Amino acid sequence: MKKLLAALLFVPAAALFAAAVSASEAEYRLDRAPIDPNDLVSLQSGARTFVNYCLNCHGAQFMRYNRLRDLGLTELQIKDNLMFTADKVGETMKVALSTKDGKAWFGVAPPDLSVIARSRGVDWLFTYLRMFYRDPATATGWNNALFPNVAMPHALWKLQGERALEVVRTRDKGGHETVEYKWSRLSDGTQTQVEYDRTVRDLVNFLAYVGEPAARSRRTIGIWVLFALAVVFVFAYALKREFWKDVK
Amino acid sequence: MTSRLVALWDWFDARMPSVAEEYRKHLSEYYAPKNFNFWYYFGSLAMLVLVIQIVSGIWLTMNYKPDANLAFGSVEYIMRDVPGGWIIRYIHSTGASAFFVVVYLHMFRGLMYGSYKAPRELIWIFGVLIYLTLMGEAFFGYLLPWGQMSYWGAQVIVNLFGAIPFIGPDLAVWIRGDYVVSDATLNRFFALHVIALPLALIGLVVVHLLALHDVGSNNPDGVEIKKKKDANGKPLDGIPFHPYYTVKDIVGVVVFLAVFCTVMFFAPEMGGYFLEHNNFIPADPLKTPLHIAPVWYFTPFYSILRAVPPLFGSQFPGVLAMGLAVLILFFLPWLDRSPVKSIRYRGAYFKCALGVFVVVFLILGYLGTEPTTVWGQFGFDAFFLDTRDIATWVARVGTVLYFLFFILMPWYTVRDKVYPVPERVTM
Repeated sequence: MKKLLAALLFVPAAALFAAAVSASEAEYRLDRAPIDPNDLVSLQSGARTFVNYCLNCHGAQFMRYNRLRDLGLTELQIKDNLMFTADKVGETMKVALSTKDGKAWFGVAPPDLSVIARSRGVDWLFTYLRMFYRDPATATGWNNALFPNVAMPHALWKLQGERALEVVRTRDKGGHETVEYKWSRLSDGTQTQVEYDRTVRDLVNFLAYVGEPAARSRRTIGIWVLFALAVVFVFAYALKREFWKDVK
Repeated sequence: MTSRLVALWDWFDARMPSVAEEYRKHLSEYYAPKNFNFWYYFGSLAMLVLVIQIVSGIWLTMNYKPDANLAFGSVEYIMRDVPGGWIIRYIHSTGASAFFVVVYLHMFRGLMYGSYKAPRELIWIFGVLIYLTLMGEAFFGYLLPWGQMSYWGAQVIVNLFGAIPFIGPDLAVWIRGDYVVSDATLNRFFALHVIALPLALIGLVVVHLLALHDVGSNNPDGVEIKKKKDANGKPLDGIPFHPYYTVKDIVGVVVFLAVFCTVMFFAPEMGGYFLEHNNFIPADPLKTPLHIAPVWYFTPFYSILRAVPPLFGSQFPGVLAMGLAVLILFFLPWLDRSPVKSIRYRGAYFKCALGVFVVVFLILGYLGTEPTTVWGQFGFDAFFLDTRDIATWVARVGTVLYFLFFILMPWYTVRDKVYPVPERVTM
């Protein structure tokens, strides 16, 4: 009887949750993205990198070109320097590549980048864009340490150059696994490592801006609102004290 | 000018005296105990949040599109192209979490001071109904942004109904209006979120307040102020709600709004707890996220659901436990047999039980946001270990303790040592 009870109480685990857990991604430590939403020069540089390197395959379909005036640019500057695929400055940053072609060429359609900084997080993007390496085993010839077997090739490789990665896994006596990443350089890019990190920083800064264009004014307005509430509090509190004098 | 206004009011009052009557009954001559403390702000704040949600919701519906192809984009349109749209959207998303923060604190106040005990059982029951409706409202609303978490969260919750024996699968299809969560689901959830449940909420809040004003408010001492009245029949320890508590509540409102605005303007995502990161990915019926977690206010119950092992391959026991965890709240007025109301005059048994309950609720809430592997696994194996995840076992202990708080209540409240309750309230 007891055994039956035990069996009834502890039948094998919910397959659903067990499966969900074992499939967790291999973790690569994220670098902190040193972005600054108030640095307009960085944001402009990021916008340039974005339209030149990303916008060929990825769109930002909720972002309008003329909104880039937030970054201190005029409509003319936007038209002349940043608009390659659109006619009107009020259009959104759509991409010519169709979902169907994207699927055919890469196996998966390149995701829209409008809110990618909000879903992935800036640290993830900053790390991801710097961790590509040459891998002859994949269809594109590229692989990524943070996102193994990613469908995306290294779009910025001419800037960063080509690198190779060797992953060394060692197990100590206690069964603990340590993973060592050994990077090596195959060819130089047009930028040094410091310059490349800065390029990616600016790009991620821009993506964070695109994710929430109102973020900067949000913080500014927030400070004013809190200040106003502080003033209201003084009066509200004085009013309460005045009325409550006669409550004993 | 003043005399004309007075004349106008007299004209109005002669034809509809019930306005002035109700005003007196519910505000200027509603006598509330004078010893309300910090915990008594959350009732009026809950009403404030209800109004905030309704008003911001009306403005959101002006630009939101309940269509599987357009919903995600329309939210981003509100965030970018609608003037002030991002403020409205953040008010509504922060308001959803604020509603639960305020309601949980309001319910905790009730637990602490025995506000559910006679003669206030109906107030409590209406309150639990409000809580249930609010859960539905939040669940339906969460599908509308049509992100990955919206979609898969709804999928999981609707599937829970599918686990009910016999009628489950048909019931799930009936709720979804389709075999999977789809455009049909989105449209009906929209209807329920913006019309049906808000109406129900308002109605329930009205009866909650009517029931309260019929018997009068409880207070931190659990003393019935109506027992001691002056020569005019006014409670000696009561003060008119207006102006005393209106001016006091204004202070509470300002402090609350300061906290609310701090979140809204400086951390609207609240680290992924108020707006989940995955919900910025458009819903994709073909791609299940690795880790599906409901928003924080549901996680204690989600933990209970996950903690209960399935029976004969059916998840129904977990679903049942989760449902009972909420429904058991209805029986609280009859489970508590203590002669006193307030925790101030109760003994160690009740204080410990309530303390354990709060800690357990918080732990279950935390665990519900994480995968079950969050605390690692046991290093040994045994026949009874169906899973070695430590967090699952902690959640199981938590689930048992959660229910014991209620089930043992008739026992420990009777045996508990109580202290003499004063005749009058203490300030």
